[in-house]
Amino acid sequence: MRDVAIIGIGLTKFGERWDCGLKELMVEAGIAAIRDANLNSKDIEMIYGGTMASGRFVGQEHTAALMADQLGLHNIPAVRIENACASGGTALREGFMAVASGMHDIVAVGGVEKMTDVTSGEAATALGGAGDQEWELFQGITFPGLYALIAKRHMHDYGTTEEQLAAVAVKNHHNATMNKYAQFNKEISVGEVMKSKVVADPLKLLDCSPISDGAAVVILAPLETAKKYNDTPIKISASAQASDTLRLADRDSLVELKATKIAAAKAFAMAKTSPSAIGAAEVHDCFTIAEILAMEDLGFYKKGTAAKAVEDGETAIGGRIAINTSGGLKGCGHPVGATGVKQAVEIATQLRGEAGGRQVNGIEKGLTHNVGGSGATAVVHIFERYN
Amino acid sequence: MERSSANLWRKINSRYNLVGCKCQNCGTLYFPSRVVCRKCGRDSKITEAKFSGNGVISSYTNIRVPPDSFKDEAPYTIAIVKLDEGPSVEGHVVESGGEVKIGSRVRAVFRKMYVEGDEGLIYYHYKFELV
Repeated sequence: MRDVAIIGIGLTKFGERWDCGLKELMVEAGIAAIRDANLNSKDIEMIYGGTMASGRFVGQEHTAALMADQLGLHNIPAVRIENACASGGTALREGFMAVASGMHDIVAVGGVEKMTDVTSGEAATALGGAGDQEWELFQGITFPGLYALIAKRHMHDYGTTEEQLAAVAVKNHHNATMNKYAQFNKEISVGEVMKSKVVADPLKLLDCSPISDGAAVVILAPLETAKKYNDTPIKISASAQASDTLRLADRDSLVELKATKIAAAKAFAMAKTSPSAIGAAEVHDCFTIAEILAMEDLGFYKKGTAAKAVEDGETAIGGRIAINTSGGLKGCGHPVGATGVKQAVEIATQLRGEAGGRQVNGIEKGLTHNVGGSGATAVVHIFERYN
Repeated sequence: MERSSANLWRKINSRYNLVGCKCQNCGTLYFPSRVVCRKCGRDSKITEAKFSGNGVISSYTNIRVPPDSFKDEAPYTIAIVKLDEGPSVEGHVVESGGEVKIGSRVRAVFRKMYVEGDEGLIYYHYKFELV
């Protein structure tokens, strides 16, 4: 297996992009990534595109071929990846494998979702398909509802408080104010989170990531030739993935995501490193409780201790480990298919030293963690500087 | 799309009567029913098994912002109930005056879940009430 590097990154501004459809979003991020990699479009041999529910959101399927066409990538193989909210991270893993195997040299990995053309109720129903449709959505159990069940049990078992959950949202909104691509650029306070409308108790509106439009693209190449394209290639030192039951009630534990634990263990083994070596992590904070679970299940904190660490500022930029410097799903936005790729773009930006006001000093390694549904898919990647 | 009469009908025995299954090979019980036992794989020997509906709440939430199809029902309480026989299930907890807590004992009841407009089907389902 060959080593693989990211040689180009591109993002759209995330948010309510009334000005853009699916095609325009794909092209905005794609062209940015191709330019960043100093490539011609004809150099790209294959494209993987992560999209969760474009059929429900805009009536469009077959989105990877559409992406290839719109980017002018002339007849190359194009494969859409759907793995719920982990579609982007899964697409990155498929792209990684295509280059690592030697099958292709230059591969584009995109993620896109156009969510704001439908009502929030229709969006909630589409996202509900990431859980067990027959036994969860059928009974009116929403995604915030599933994570609320997890949060309630975590609070019961470990004394986690609603204020500690709110601290996750406050931190991520703060980080987002330093990211020009982020959906939100406004600080919020713990009090504002606590006073926001209850969605599914204990989760309130400001505990939830928003409905967003956006796209992200990375370009991959063999590490050995990466410097031909880019002075600061980023090595992908691990790519790991695991699955679990779609139905939350089938899990042995409600206070951990087993798929995250399995994927993380495999990723750290593959990269021959440990959680203490990670300088910045983009984790899947679709709800505030999800960031707490991720911090524990990825091995950064012992089970039951992460919530206090957030409250104490240990995961702020400049803290023990910077978590969600981009603003995460909460502050930067969560166009579901794009999220996993956007996480890789943020870590690559950090490792290049180009993150501006949100730069983590002295960072050598970074990690991304992308979850599908209430934990039925988890994808973990580890990245490092390559000098 | 998330509901259809055929979808309800296919699972009516499970939704009305809490019928799941048992793997005769290893003795593991499941709800809802499945074709392949997680432990035995291709050696599974699946037969029907009815659950008592008695159990304990392992977590719960009150849903205030429902999907469009449950607009008229909100707010409603959803719990994960660990049935006495072993498996856990998600379900509604009906209003009964008591306080829903982790550890509360419940029993299954047969209730209307929603009505499909003035002329559509009435969907019934198991729900739980505090004991």
